[in-house]
Amino acid sequence: MNTPPGRDPERLGAAPGDVKPLREAPPIGVQHAQAERLLKAWKTPQGWRYWSAVNNSQVGLWYTAAAFAFFLFGGILALLMRTQLAVPGNDFLSADFYNQIFTLHGSVMMFLFAVPLFEAFSIFLLPQMLGARDLPFPRLSAFGFWSFLLGGTFVCGSLFFNAAPQGGWFMYPPLSSQYQPGIGNDIWLLGLSFIELAAIAAAVEIIVGVLKTRSPGMRINLMPLYAWYILVVAGMILFAFPPLIAGDILLELERLLHWPFFDPDRGGDPLLWQHLFWIFGHPEVYIVFLPAIALVAMMVPTFARTPMVGYGWIVLAAVGTGFLSFGLWVHHMFTTGLPGISLALFSAASEAVAIPTGVQLFCFIATLLAGRVVRSVPLLFVFGGLAVFVLGGLTGVMVALVPFDFQAHDTYFIVAHLHYVLVGGAVFPVIAGFYYFFPLVGGKKLSDRLGRITFWLLFIGFNVTFLPMHLSGLLGMPRRVFTYAPNLGFDGLNLISSIGAFILAAGFAVFVWDVLRPKGKQPYAQRNPWGAGTLEWTAEMPDKPWGIRSIPEIDGRYPLWDQPNILRDIDEGRFYLPDAEEGKRETLITTSVDAQPIQCLRVPGPTWLTLFAALFTGGLFIFATFHLWWVAVASGVLAFAIIIAWLWTGTALIPEKEEKNVGLGLRLPLYRSGPESVGWWAMFITMLADMTAFAGLVFGYFFYWTIHDDFPPDPSPAPSLFGLMLLGAVLLLGSWGLTVLVRRWNQGDRRAAFYGGLPVAVALAVAGGATLLAGPWHAGLDPVSHVYPAMVWLLVLWTVLHVAVGVIMQGYCLAQRLAGRMTARYDIEIRNVTLYWHFVALTVAITVAVIAGFPLVA
Amino acid sequence: MQGGLTMERVAEKNENLWLMVVSPGIWAAHFLLCYSTTAVWCAKVVGRDGPLGEARMAIAIYTVLALAGIGIVGWIAARRQSYGSETVPQAFDTPGERHRFLGFVTLLLSALSAVATAYVGLTALFIQTCH
Repeated sequence: MNTPPGRDPERLGAAPGDVKPLREAPPIGVQHAQAERLLKAWKTPQGWRYWSAVNNSQVGLWYTAAAFAFFLFGGILALLMRTQLAVPGNDFLSADFYNQIFTLHGSVMMFLFAVPLFEAFSIFLLPQMLGARDLPFPRLSAFGFWSFLLGGTFVCGSLFFNAAPQGGWFMYPPLSSQYQPGIGNDIWLLGLSFIELAAIAAAVEIIVGVLKTRSPGMRINLMPLYAWYILVVAGMILFAFPPLIAGDILLELERLLHWPFFDPDRGGDPLLWQHLFWIFGHPEVYIVFLPAIALVAMMVPTFARTPMVGYGWIVLAAVGTGFLSFGLWVHHMFTTGLPGISLALFSAASEAVAIPTGVQLFCFIATLLAGRVVRSVPLLFVFGGLAVFVLGGLTGVMVALVPFDFQAHDTYFIVAHLHYVLVGGAVFPVIAGFYYFFPLVGGKKLSDRLGRITFWLLFIGFNVTFLPMHLSGLLGMPRRVFTYAPNLGFDGLNLISSIGAFILAAGFAVFVWDVLRPKGKQPYAQRNPWGAGTLEWTAEMPDKPWGIRSIPEIDGRYPLWDQPNILRDIDEGRFYLPDAEEGKRETLITTSVDAQPIQCLRVPGPTWLTLFAALFTGGLFIFATFHLWWVAVASGVLAFAIIIAWLWTGTALIPEKEEKNVGLGLRLPLYRSGPESVGWWAMFITMLADMTAFAGLVFGYFFYWTIHDDFPPDPSPAPSLFGLMLLGAVLLLGSWGLTVLVRRWNQGDRRAAFYGGLPVAVALAVAGGATLLAGPWHAGLDPVSHVYPAMVWLLVLWTVLHVAVGVIMQGYCLAQRLAGRMTARYDIEIRNVTLYWHFVALTVAITVAVIAGFPLVA
Repeated sequence: MQGGLTMERVAEKNENLWLMVVSPGIWAAHFLLCYSTTAVWCAKVVGRDGPLGEARMAIAIYTVLALAGIGIVGWIAARRQSYGSETVPQAFDTPGERHRFLGFVTLLLSALSAVATAYVGLTALFIQTCH
């Protein structure tokens, strides 16, 4: 077992700059003492305090369980739909309730299962694969999880009050804005926006995790393929989710305050929603697909007993798909009457994306052919998934052709296509992943026998359900209908689909039983039960909470195959950080390309702050849905206070010493700031997402310009706007410039300049924000009257909100320095705040250029 | 030019991941330019039934420029890819392997971006009106 396939250890050992493990193991007594200190530092809280844990193993597990529970809920909704559609003219469900059910089915599967499950798996697996003890921001993961759980429960729970959203998972206005006045669509908009924020938080965590927490020596050409895929997916989230958040803001403003973004009578246009939704919605498909295929990329080499063939080609596929997937969104809008040339552009890109998608499948096949395949349940699911996915991919190429799509649009053919893609491309690989990675959870395997039963029930059930839908779609059966007339040729096909759905459900029932059945008498699996080559399988069975006993030096892509004795060396603490002398949780930070160690990062431990922060942030959204404004505001204030407490007590702490010996003769700093710190990168990445949302709003402005002759109106309804906007910009850019100076003064320890400059920067920002607000206010622009004033107000409010947050940050730095928690040397806060202000300056410049400048050139 | 000294220089070279995404970035910029040019042309200039006319020429120019840019990146990448004496699979823990790997992936991405850009540019060859 674990034979190094085709590798020459001598060659690997000779790599320049390479570090060898300790030649002699520390004495047994020392090893025990080290292990004890590590266990104490990483101890999982017991009893009811268990829920205050923030470690990636716990949060990842909860996340997975919650996402899977939502999946089962979504599945039950699907069964209700199939029961209703089994026979023509059925009255099992009312039309109204059916609308709620199909809306929730789609929304739950996409927002509460597919995306969160990838976050969950990543939080759980990524540190293990990279040889890190935890991700760099464990509390952020925990906050994201609690937000997700709360938001998801809220959205799903609405069904039991007959108050669920009914607008379809894509929520098209004007149906969702003018014809569905109930609370359901607000629940969708606010509840899911809240979850989208959690997804962005996870993306930040994952990007920084992949780039900065790899084991020393795990160069960019050696990192596990899973990490490549996840890096791409997290990057996609940054650019895909924010446009939807921008759209949510527009739609909620229309529903709540009657700002007419999608109302044609007052200059709005429902098509803008479709653009914003699908700029999110199409990349979303790949955000779901790539992490699942990433699991396949980890399993295939294990069972082929050989390294992946075409590692570089797979990286090409992941990165290439990530980009191309953003050029596909209009293929959901082929029938909206856009010019033929626009359709053609998107059709061309939709065909092009088939290339990288195909490349990775060929790599998998080549690897399986090159190796000696070992039969296993996970591999069975991989094969089944690939077969189903290829069929879905082929119908995808069909519907990417405009003329065919005109015929198939909004029919069951599309339902069949998307389920083949998502179930084949995501659900089957995920189930394979469950079977494969399950031993990492409790140290025990799932049953092979039950696994095979599950597979055949799922595979047969799935095809019986969805294959006939191609036909019923081609025969003309529309989507999203709660019933149909008899004798149109749909009857038999629908009955077959419904029978298939219950076979499929039986498969999931067997699977759930396999996961939940008591395994007390079953022996623990042996370590590395599948004979894999990657680091996550260094875990003991059952695993210890420390993640990894000592952080190894990596020499190849499959360390367990390539590096002899690596398990022994890790276990005996012959590598980095084998101890926790100060009783703190620590992991290594390395450079992003070559993974050279540059810092020993202390990560925070258990806390209730994240749970309560999520609870009250959720309260802000949830109470606002019910128009309980004061309660919502109170909840928001509490959330704000808790988040400040969290930052104050838990982030950028000044260490008791400058450096620390991390083992193997290496001393690393405990504190780094600016672009060398993980927090700076987190801020940078977050602000990229923020700017993307802003770009979505600006896109809206120019969208209205293209469809109207008088947008912006000429002559301007507000001549005074120009001067006030310009003045506001000058003040705000002044505040930004001063913030940059203050950062330097702090660095030079010029206390007087620091304490004098920062309050002036605050004052300038407050004055600038007020001046921006005064612009449309003084001009008497009424956002309800027409889309132009609404757009101006929206851009101004967005900018002022960012200024307000910037002011809080400036105040925070002032307080930190006063309290002695920030100094000239330990200056993470002011560095990050300055970075934030760079983005605020950009936002201000664009807003003012658009509002005051564009009418001059239009 | 081989030898330990060169290896060290590659190791110290401040290499980053940005070059990898330049070619796909050019594809994205080309795509957005084509889309917004035709959208504005059809909405604001000639109307829904007007001819594409100069917009087709614009797409042709964008496409030539984009392909040239991708070509340059691809050429740089090809040189990095063939650095030193080793070939694929770039699976060892050395700076040279990492250097070749990044070149290789950049080269592949450039090829994909070129094909995708050509696909998008070709639309202007076949479609002549805003209809």
